Amino acid sequence: MSAATSGAGHTVGGVARRIVAPLRRLGALLFSVALTFLGLTGVTFAIGRFMPIDPVIAIVGDKASQETYDRVYRELGLDQPVLVQYGTYLGKIARGDFGNSVMTARPVLEDLVRVFPATIELAFLALVIGVVLGIPFGVIAATNRGRWPDQIVRFMSLVGYSMPVFWLGLVGLLLFYAKLGWVEGPGRLDVAFDDIVAPVTGMLTIDALMAGEGDVFANALGHLVLPASILGFLSLAYIARMTRSFMLAQLEQEYILAALAKGLSPWRIIWVHALGNVWVQLVTVIALTFGSLLEGAVLTETVFAWPGLGLYMKNSLFAADLNAVLGGTLLIGAIYILLNMLSDLVYAMVDPRAREPN
Amino acid sequence: MDSPLLRVRNLSVTYPGDDGDFRAVRNVSFTVGRERLGIVGESGSGKSTTGRAIMGLARPPARVHADELLLGEIDLRQQSERQLRRLRGKRMAMVLQDPKYSLDPVMRVGDQIAETHRTHLGSSKAEARAAALEMLQAVHIRDPERVYGMYPHQVSGGMGQRIMIAAMLIAGPELLIADEPTSALDVTVQTQVLSIMDELVRERGMGLILISHNLHLVSSFCDRVLVMYAGQIVEICDAGSLADAQHPYTRGLLAALPELGRKRGELPQLQRDPAWMDDIAAPLETRSRKVGA
Repeated sequence: MSAATSGAGHTVGGVARRIVAPLRRLGALLFSVALTFLGLTGVTFAIGRFMPIDPVIAIVGDKASQETYDRVYRELGLDQPVLVQYGTYLGKIARGDFGNSVMTARPVLEDLVRVFPATIELAFLALVIGVVLGIPFGVIAATNRGRWPDQIVRFMSLVGYSMPVFWLGLVGLLLFYAKLGWVEGPGRLDVAFDDIVAPVTGMLTIDALMAGEGDVFANALGHLVLPASILGFLSLAYIARMTRSFMLAQLEQEYILAALAKGLSPWRIIWVHALGNVWVQLVTVIALTFGSLLEGAVLTETVFAWPGLGLYMKNSLFAADLNAVLGGTLLIGAIYILLNMLSDLVYAMVDPRAREPN
Repeated sequence: MDSPLLRVRNLSVTYPGDDGDFRAVRNVSFTVGRERLGIVGESGSGKSTTGRAIMGLARPPARVHADELLLGEIDLRQQSERQLRRLRGKRMAMVLQDPKYSLDPVMRVGDQIAETHRTHLGSSKAEARAAALEMLQAVHIRDPERVYGMYPHQVSGGMGQRIMIAAMLIAGPELLIADEPTSALDVTVQTQVLSIMDELVRERGMGLILISHNLHLVSSFCDRVLVMYAGQIVEICDAGSLADAQHPYTRGLLAALPELGRKRGELPQLQRDPAWMDDIAAPLETRSRKVGA
């Protein structure tokens, strides 16, 4: 029971409980996040150990003498017990040292810091499109069940589900870039605009705005809008479908009948009462959608030559660049853990029942 | 009693089905004045459907037909959905069975009371809040300020139902339909909720339709009792003279009631006579009959 329902709600004990309880819950949340992250490092460490890629050969090359091989083997600490190696690995991660990438010859962390903002920029715009359009579409489909708005939304969802994204990307490029010229082509920026704006956030549109470079902003946005729209369309299809089915379930509830009996407007019943309850379920859906977008939409980034996390991971995998792959994996895992935590926090905001322990 | 609040003549509710229509309510006629009318009947007797049909909220795809359906001077059959919406909550309202489900779980209960006020009286946020606090007091909730900000999961069933009553009565309807308002509540708070409802209905000179399967409750609480069976009214009588009821169904129900402090053997089973359903169509025959079969 919360402090609010107990008779002693205004006493010192009540106040203390009101402050302490949320703090304790936050502490528990952070603890579980830390634990999950530790588990994640265990997994990436194990992958690194069991992958049939010899880290020594990756460094010395396969023509090195046995002597050189052995020296590097020891330098890498591979002669140590596994637990010690894991401890060393953890210590390096804590210092932000993910090793060097063979492909770029730079620290993996530096690479990730460079490519990840490109993905964030793309994913965020895609998510905004998906949420801003997907939720109303889902609501409209549910409240017009079986009629034409519902059919349209369901058809769109079907297309979004079943069309291969690389095909949509190619057709989109052909139509909107090559034929109509409405958008810019692959890449993040035309060569002419390169290096005008110093990277601050790494997100070109934001950096350009902060630097007051209108032309750069327009060009960056022109590059961004098509891949973001295509990814946005996919998230829209998913979010609209989920919203529709959540909404249909809510409209069957008894509180809807009560709201009707009170004489409330359909608008209020649908968008305030029913949607208020749908949000509770949508939080997780949106978090997962964002997670899968941030993970780097590999195909989309490849088709659009978008230098983000997905493209980086794909190239590292093909180059057997183990440090880069593991670093990226760790980042993606951390994103999911973080999004999970975030959705737990947001969940408590939209659902009063989740605010109290028990 | 002057002109009745509600006049119902030959109300029928039909659900179209694959193997013929199912007539949930058949030619029901009654009037309600500033009184407490009880409707009793077993599950599926059409009592709730009658209540919802009056509100214009029959579960789709129901077809509602009536020769007369008057709320005061208003012909409910002629009202558009928009016009009906202005009547619901303002002239007639409905309390449902279980506050656990009839209150929106993510909205503060006070706001759920206030929104009825805002919708019908166009009041400001502050006015509606003040009215809701007053209404909470009227349903005997002690600390209205505190309760206003609570969420449905934080209130007990009895308190939830009082909140529901407050939300339904705040805009001053003259007719309240209470559909099994106490069935989901603990026995200990049932009387409390009923007496609060009774108090408000009397104070405001309202009409009340109390729908219940509980014959005892209805006969002790209402002025008149209407007994429904298989979608029809089989008996209307004064609550006091229920013991003199004529219809065999009513008599059967009465006989099946156990009495405290009196030793007796097995309670008699209710013997159903197909003749009670005179013109009744086929689908009903196929329904299972647990009692008396």
